[in-house]
Amino acid sequence: MAEKAKAKAKTGSRSKTGGQPEYVQLLTPEGDRVEHPEYSVSFTDDELRSLYRDLVTVRRLDAEATALQRQGELGLWAGLLGQEAAQVGAGRALRPQDMAFPTYREHGVLYTRGIDPIMPFGLFRGVDQGAWDPNEFKFNMYTIVIGAQTLHAAGYAMGIQNDGAVGDDNGEAVIAFFGDGASSQGDVNESMVFAAAYNSPIVFFCQNNQYAISEPVARQTRVPLYQRAQGFGFPGIRVDGNDVLAVYAVTKAAMDNARRGNGPTMIEAYTYRMAPHTTSDDPTRYRQSAEVEEWKAKDPIARLGAYLNNQGLADETFLADVEKQAGVEAVSLRERVLSLPNPAPESMFDHVYAGGSHHLDAQRAEFVAYEATFEGGAH
Amino acid sequence: MSRIKQFKLPDLGEGLTEGEILQWLVKVGDHVELNQPIVEVETAKAAVEIPSPYIGVVTKLFFEPNTTVEVGAPIIEYDTDPTAGELPASPVETPAAAPASAEAPKREANLVGYGPRQGTATRRARKGGAPAPVVAAPAPAPVVAAPAPVVVAEPVAPVAAHVLAKPPVRKLAKDLGVSLAGLVGTGPQGSITREDVHAAVAAPAAAAPVRVVTTGGETRIPIKGVRKLTAANMVQSAFTAPHVTEFLTIDVTRGVKALDRLKAKREWRDVRISPLLLVMKAATAALKRHPMVNSSWDEAAQEIVVKDYVNLGIAAATPRGLIVPNIKDAGSLSFRELADALTTLVGTARDGKTSPADMTGGTFTITNVGVYGVDTGTPILPPGESAILAFGAIREQAWVHKGKVKPRQVTTLGLSFDHRIIDGELGSKFLADIGAFLEDPETALLGW
Repeated sequence: MAEKAKAKAKTGSRSKTGGQPEYVQLLTPEGDRVEHPEYSVSFTDDELRSLYRDLVTVRRLDAEATALQRQGELGLWAGLLGQEAAQVGAGRALRPQDMAFPTYREHGVLYTRGIDPIMPFGLFRGVDQGAWDPNEFKFNMYTIVIGAQTLHAAGYAMGIQNDGAVGDDNGEAVIAFFGDGASSQGDVNESMVFAAAYNSPIVFFCQNNQYAISEPVARQTRVPLYQRAQGFGFPGIRVDGNDVLAVYAVTKAAMDNARRGNGPTMIEAYTYRMAPHTTSDDPTRYRQSAEVEEWKAKDPIARLGAYLNNQGLADETFLADVEKQAGVEAVSLRERVLSLPNPAPESMFDHVYAGGSHHLDAQRAEFVAYEATFEGGAH
Repeated sequence: MSRIKQFKLPDLGEGLTEGEILQWLVKVGDHVELNQPIVEVETAKAAVEIPSPYIGVVTKLFFEPNTTVEVGAPIIEYDTDPTAGELPASPVETPAAAPASAEAPKREANLVGYGPRQGTATRRARKGGAPAPVVAAPAPAPVVAAPAPVVVAEPVAPVAAHVLAKPPVRKLAKDLGVSLAGLVGTGPQGSITREDVHAAVAAPAAAAPVRVVTTGGETRIPIKGVRKLTAANMVQSAFTAPHVTEFLTIDVTRGVKALDRLKAKREWRDVRISPLLLVMKAATAALKRHPMVNSSWDEAAQEIVVKDYVNLGIAAATPRGLIVPNIKDAGSLSFRELADALTTLVGTARDGKTSPADMTGGTFTITNVGVYGVDTGTPILPPGESAILAFGAIREQAWVHKGKVKPRQVTTLGLSFDHRIIDGELGSKFLADIGAFLEDPETALLGW
């Protein structure tokens, strides 16, 4: 019941439980189901099991990507370890018509959109610039510039308003992902100004993973991040980002609110990045192992696993099968990453202008001729 | 497909050119699974475990632990089909390494963000053509006693009258303790670029098989890390700033007694109080009276920079070598604050946790050679500073005190200063002031 009381007082800023933030929670770290007066989920047993499968698979693929980087097969990898629930919960709450604007870490959202996980690997392997069609997948390009995608998302949301695609239960909505670090960016704040002014159908989904690379969130803000929304004029809510059920419930409510024409919401998914910021980062230089241990106890997969187990929804066979299938997907991913084709050097001229230009044609021809002077030059 | 596969050290962190093998987690003969951690490697960015890219039996480890290895060099070899019997005489196949590692030989030893150096791309070899010039031939058994190339300190170029470099590059060089005067610029109009500065810092990394080699009564220790940096700083300082050293022997009995009285006070019982602390206070007080001593020579701008703050450097011998962290704005600290700052500085240095920021921006330095029992020395200026004080051992000696020979606590100070900025008169007055303070701190505090 203590958990319930904590969850109830979601609008307060004071912490009542020894430094624990107040947030919407439906599943405790121990795997106990708790209720919330405003948010609820009613998943079937199969849906709960598939959520678990998504969490495990997303983590397994992430581990494979990290290994590939360490083996020299990727230039870089931004891992999501620890943030699986925030991403899977948010991703599963989206409907097919909704448009997502990711950062460079939303591999879990990408996966739950039903997209082949190989898609962003060309970018991280350096063989393409992220070559997918955002419209095809309703999933924008990975955006490396911190916070820039929130502006794109705010603009897109204004666009679907102009299209008249908002206003009922089947309306469209937009979700913009960003991190606690990006919340300090002008871009994010500007996009919130516009979203509020136009009452746009957008959800600002902030994964507060506690660190902007090495900068702890406490040094970036004096108020909990979700409270900033109030200043812009729309609701903000904090959710336990390691609780996939709560993240799903809160995101779904906010997206439905947006699609019905009721304007923006900011969600702060309170979570923790267990891995380095990217494979180029060494988190031991700026955070204590005790803190990491503390968050380990709040692991998003373990709690759902415990719940399934308690409810008799998962047995050894199921758990083993999930692991096995994730492993199969990981091996397949590895093989396909290793066989990604290298781009032809002259392809760098291809996508500068949609309609091409004679200047670029001349440069391409010159470059091809130059390439041909190399020993064994095939081009 | 050959069954023998080599794995080359990849670029582990966006533009790194080398890594140090910390420890092997597998040994020759081990059967290794895919993604099983095989080796721990430390780069300039982080220490990471590398997961195995192959399944197979380890047939060779190319480098001993604590060896610095260039990106692109083979580090481990596998037999990926050990059950197939005798090895065929097929050539070794190395994996198509990451794009970055294939380019490794052309790279400058710097971090990412600035691209390859311009104007040097004269090689026209195809990717994967010429093998990377690895530090040890991959074929023979693990290197045991490769003669470590002795790296001498960079030659000191004559001071250029006007060095071209953008302000951020100047700051970078200052932060890294690199003298722009000693560099050859590769940027436009011969200006010095970030790469040039990084290359100057990274130069010791070239001494690749890093190990102490003992042969025939001689021990050859590669010059790298702190030793290399210290050497470069000392050479640069010694041959750019004309040093003058003066000595002063003084009776510090009263000063030492004053410290003893302070120690006896209840509120000071937990504070570490040493004569060094008194010297620090004396120096900051004397610097206030002679601000020109607290200055630096800006060759590029042709200006003398007089600082109104004292970042007081304390030379510290640590397991990593000599480092000189400084106490920021020491001139504004009370005696008590100074004591706490010194305790912190010493503890941090001893733990090897001194940050680069702690070691840059110093304006005046004290080297406490007395702790080793010597009387004094002729210290060399830290680059960018104009004076440094050596503080010798305090000994009980026969001394004429109030007309009688008495046993007194006596020490000798040695002050080196940059004669371009500080004339003999100023240097002497400054040293005399420090002496006067140490002989009678209470009077100095009241009178100054």
